[in-house]
Amino acid sequence: MKIAVTATGKESASTMDARFGRTRWFMITDPEGGEWEAHANEQNMNAAQGAGIQAAQRLVNLGVEAVITGHVGPKAFRILKAAGIGIFLCEAGTVEEALHLFKQGRLARADQADVEGHWA
Amino acid sequence: MGGRGGGCLNEFMNNPLKIAVASGKGGTGKTTIAVSLALTAAAAGRTVQYLDCDVEEPNGHIFFKPQIHSRFPAMVALPEVIKAQCNGCGDCADICAYNAIAVVRGQVLIFPELCRGCGACSLLCPKDAIVEISRPVGNVEIGVGAGVAFVRGVLSIGQIMTPAVIAAVKGAGGDQEITLLDCPPGTSCAVIEAVRDADAVLLVTEPTPFGLHDLTLAVEMTRALKKPFCVVLNRFDLGDDKTVAYCREENIPIILSIPDDRRIAEAYARGEALTEVLPSYAPVFTDAWERLLAWCERQIPRKKVPVPLDQGKAATS
Repeated sequence: MKIAVTATGKESASTMDARFGRTRWFMITDPEGGEWEAHANEQNMNAAQGAGIQAAQRLVNLGVEAVITGHVGPKAFRILKAAGIGIFLCEAGTVEEALHLFKQGRLARADQADVEGHWA
Repeated sequence: MGGRGGGCLNEFMNNPLKIAVASGKGGTGKTTIAVSLALTAAAAGRTVQYLDCDVEEPNGHIFFKPQIHSRFPAMVALPEVIKAQCNGCGDCADICAYNAIAVVRGQVLIFPELCRGCGACSLLCPKDAIVEISRPVGNVEIGVGAGVAFVRGVLSIGQIMTPAVIAAVKGAGGDQEITLLDCPPGTSCAVIEAVRDADAVLLVTEPTPFGLHDLTLAVEMTRALKKPFCVVLNRFDLGDDKTVAYCREENIPIILSIPDDRRIAEAYARGEALTEVLPSYAPVFTDAWERLLAWCERQIPRKKVPVPLDQGKAATS
């Protein structure tokens, strides 16, 4: 299984990024144990529109099955849901701490977008 | 065609002149200037049309009080997937510059509110599985008021496809000798759509720090579009002299200066055309109109051929 965490830096000790579409990094690992891969999200961070859509598409293409982030909007949610990617909301902390909470089953699974879209 | 003015005028019968009235900053007086020049040109015997391209908040109709004789919707094409033909390859999502498409597990997800109707997805789909369905994003109204042909666009609430409505307004224009395009403020896509096929651009500004700042942006935009342009200085007796100094340094002619006159604001607030209710301004606009025509004649000796700024002086960008 692959899980992604939105992060402000490219280390597992980096602080989580609360944003999904405009996160600075996606940190990806296998929660059963394994190396962290860092994926820069610079292109979407600076997109004029549709950052959440592109970020979600990227996770789909990377074969991610769950994502831990601060907030997710309606368009990204629609894609993640269609792809069957689990969305787990986490308030703060480091990437490593977020994964730890996930493994303990302490993160709530989002069943709808928790913030408004930025367009229309 | 008869009428007053210099020798260049007859040329407009076969060679209509399109002047865009734009500004960087909002509220500088674009509509006041565009309406006044339209009425002045009509009074001088020209056939004139006024195209209200400020489709997010058009207000030219307040002054022309036109009789609207036709209306039609401005349409934008929206992609729709023929599922039976789609193989889920994802090319459409990759090509979409506006991030309006995602492809997940072979399923195409379209986000209409982000689509600009460019058609790339439909054109490049290897399976021809995308068709375009038109949807309305606004309305265009055509009429006549105060002896001037009138067209305006109105963007529907919640829509963002401003340039499409502006393009529809321009498409609804006639073949009058003189066209005045009342543009939206700023330097965005909407302004560029309004200005892009004008022969010349009038940039309306005011001599304030904001006015000057936004004028410099509008000047850069207009130069990038390779349009001849000149400046109208509204409320010229306010603010400071930096705008005049800037225009002098950049060799930008100031074709008209209007004082800060409370009566102009009052007339505007009542929806009355300046040149009609304040007759002392009529000769000011007549002079400006003739200067403008003479300037256009120098700048655009053969229409549709972009010429360098100000008689060959190199533009310092």
